[in-house]
Amino acid sequence: MLASELLIQALEQAGVEVVFGIPGAQVLSLYDALSRSTRLRHILVRHEQAAAHAADGYARASGRVGVVLATSGPGATNTVTGVATAYMDSVPMVVICGQVPTTAIGTDAFQEADITTITLPITKHSYLVKDAALLQEIVEEAFYIAASGRPGPVLIDIPANIQATKVAARPARSCVRLASYRPTLKGNARQCRQAAELIRATARPLILAGGGVISSNAGKQLRELAELIAAPVANTLMAKAAFSPDSLLALGLVGMHGSPLTNNAVQESDLIIALGTRFSDRVTGDASRFAPQAKIIHIDIDPAEIGKNLRVDVPIVGDLATVLSSLLELLGDFQSPLREGWPPTQVAASSPQPSPSASLATETTWISPSEVFFALNHIAQGREMVYTTDVGQHQMWAAQLLQTSTERGFLSSGGLGTMGFGLPAALGAQIARPEACVLCISGDGSLQMNSQEMATAAINGLPLKVIVFDNRALGLVRQWQHFYYHDNYAHTALDAIPDFCSLAKAYHWQARTYQHHGDDATGITEALKWLLAQEGPALLNIPISRDELVLPMLARGGSLAEEVKHV
Amino acid sequence: MSEHTLSLLVDNQPGVLTRVTGLIARRGYNIESLSVDRTDDLAISRVTLVVGAEHTPLEQIKKQLHKLINVHKIYDLTNEDAIERELLLVRLRVSEKQRAEILEICKMFQAQIADANGDCLTIEASGNHERLAALEDMLRPYGIAEFARTGKIALSRCPTH
Repeated sequence: MLASELLIQALEQAGVEVVFGIPGAQVLSLYDALSRSTRLRHILVRHEQAAAHAADGYARASGRVGVVLATSGPGATNTVTGVATAYMDSVPMVVICGQVPTTAIGTDAFQEADITTITLPITKHSYLVKDAALLQEIVEEAFYIAASGRPGPVLIDIPANIQATKVAARPARSCVRLASYRPTLKGNARQCRQAAELIRATARPLILAGGGVISSNAGKQLRELAELIAAPVANTLMAKAAFSPDSLLALGLVGMHGSPLTNNAVQESDLIIALGTRFSDRVTGDASRFAPQAKIIHIDIDPAEIGKNLRVDVPIVGDLATVLSSLLELLGDFQSPLREGWPPTQVAASSPQPSPSASLATETTWISPSEVFFALNHIAQGREMVYTTDVGQHQMWAAQLLQTSTERGFLSSGGLGTMGFGLPAALGAQIARPEACVLCISGDGSLQMNSQEMATAAINGLPLKVIVFDNRALGLVRQWQHFYYHDNYAHTALDAIPDFCSLAKAYHWQARTYQHHGDDATGITEALKWLLAQEGPALLNIPISRDELVLPMLARGGSLAEEVKHV
Repeated sequence: MSEHTLSLLVDNQPGVLTRVTGLIARRGYNIESLSVDRTDDLAISRVTLVVGAEHTPLEQIKKQLHKLINVHKIYDLTNEDAIERELLLVRLRVSEKQRAEILEICKMFQAQIADANGDCLTIEASGNHERLAALEDMLRPYGIAEFARTGKIALSRCPTH
């Protein structure tokens, strides 16, 4: 068989169901073989960046490896932003690129780009296949590396002549072993005992849940630990939906746009139990003043994250679910003492909350974003919702206000902060979860960075939904200009073009623009109900004021206790 | 700035050196010297690096290097009394009168004459960094025409039983 056929077979053996891609000259042999596969579904996107985000959304929504197929040169380089997004958020992905024939490599041939070198800092590993006989082994390794340990993207670059080489297939290996790559899964017993001792002695424990809770499927253990030791749970953006917001222990979002209750709880805690998080600057504020009274237990599968940004008292390297299970065993007889004033009381999720957004404008021409989210939370109750977001103010409002604990139900570009992620990620999520209601929360700036993917949704009958918070501006950047550049709104106005309704309709979507009528709250409920009731893909454009802010917000360079002065 | 010596066992494959050096540069380290060749096992190369760090702690760079799939082992020889050697080649243009002095210096440093032609003399010496620096200082007054020095290679001391 040809190496290209072997590749398709290896993908099938790896359990792949769907591949996101666009064909081109140097992947013709692969597409020829792919077209004959009865098990692989190919989703033809409109831009390779979207292929990578769609594979990413598929992976985040399902826990399986997302697969991208792109041609050489511009096809491969177009995936770069998507690969970097997946790398920053530890998403398992295999990117397969065509390459010019081995004899042409290094000659600046047509559509040649050195993609393995370009992606070195943003891939977990990569391969340039120079010997077709190694292809099967490489594919098996790539899937193993992408999905194990701290997950991440792996790139396989395959020259066209290698794809067309005759090779012999062998039976698939049941397990891959690599001498130089053996992720630690079980926590060190002594460190686990130390952690348990600290937990027994603490007065004000706080759990800081990160994205690792989701990638390790440790939601159950997280809940058990929180309840056993009566520790409140603050979540990073990456861990949203990992812990039920209905729990009295749920503190919600921490960090840059976290509530004062949450951030102050961190500052007052005497023991931070950090789970699968890397203490990013958006979480800690000024790291030297993060949780000044606390000892820190840090559990992560990546040893390089331990001590990278913060000094840690008890590090435990291992798979989160496994380590938490051992911890729970060690704490089996733990009786949670009654503690005065701890955990800090969180406003119950269902009761009305003060609006975290605030508008500089006094007019009531616009609906406030928080009203939209409250209506959405109400309507979404009881449905299996998978939310994706783009990047900006709407993303932060979603992180603050959405009430969701659907497993793998909140997909957002956290580390890289990639505008244009939401719509293609929703495509992938909808394919992974055909029964779920997949709703992309976007903004007018972000949506325009990958709006072409509305075509992909329409053609493939993917019934995803989009809400556009349309402030005709790059809102979060504008907010920074407001606070730090004396309202000099340099180049953040996008103006009211396009008309998103017409744009969506051009792609055969159902679309509406929400018309605000003063304080009539039924209007938004009706509009959202309309959106979710559509059988096919549908978009709801919601014009909002340009002067809306995401609040609270930490002061630049400040600690978690220091909010920006709101004028 | 502090200097560190790292010795890495890596896969002997194209692109591996780029992964190692790229990662070190990206994480804020400067590579002061670098030497690479295969080991007794043809599939494995040894990379000896001297790196200077200002901000990033060495521990972090070691952990990041460990994450590279092609890196098998990392030895930190910084605080070890390791065997360290470099090779130096230096070319001088010397008058007949100076030659005897130079040969005397070579003797002191156990340096060899690698090549000689007319007034041109190429000297070869090996040793640790300090020793070769001392030789360089002594030869400089004679006018160095060309100069090449390998990076450091290093092995830890034999274990004591």
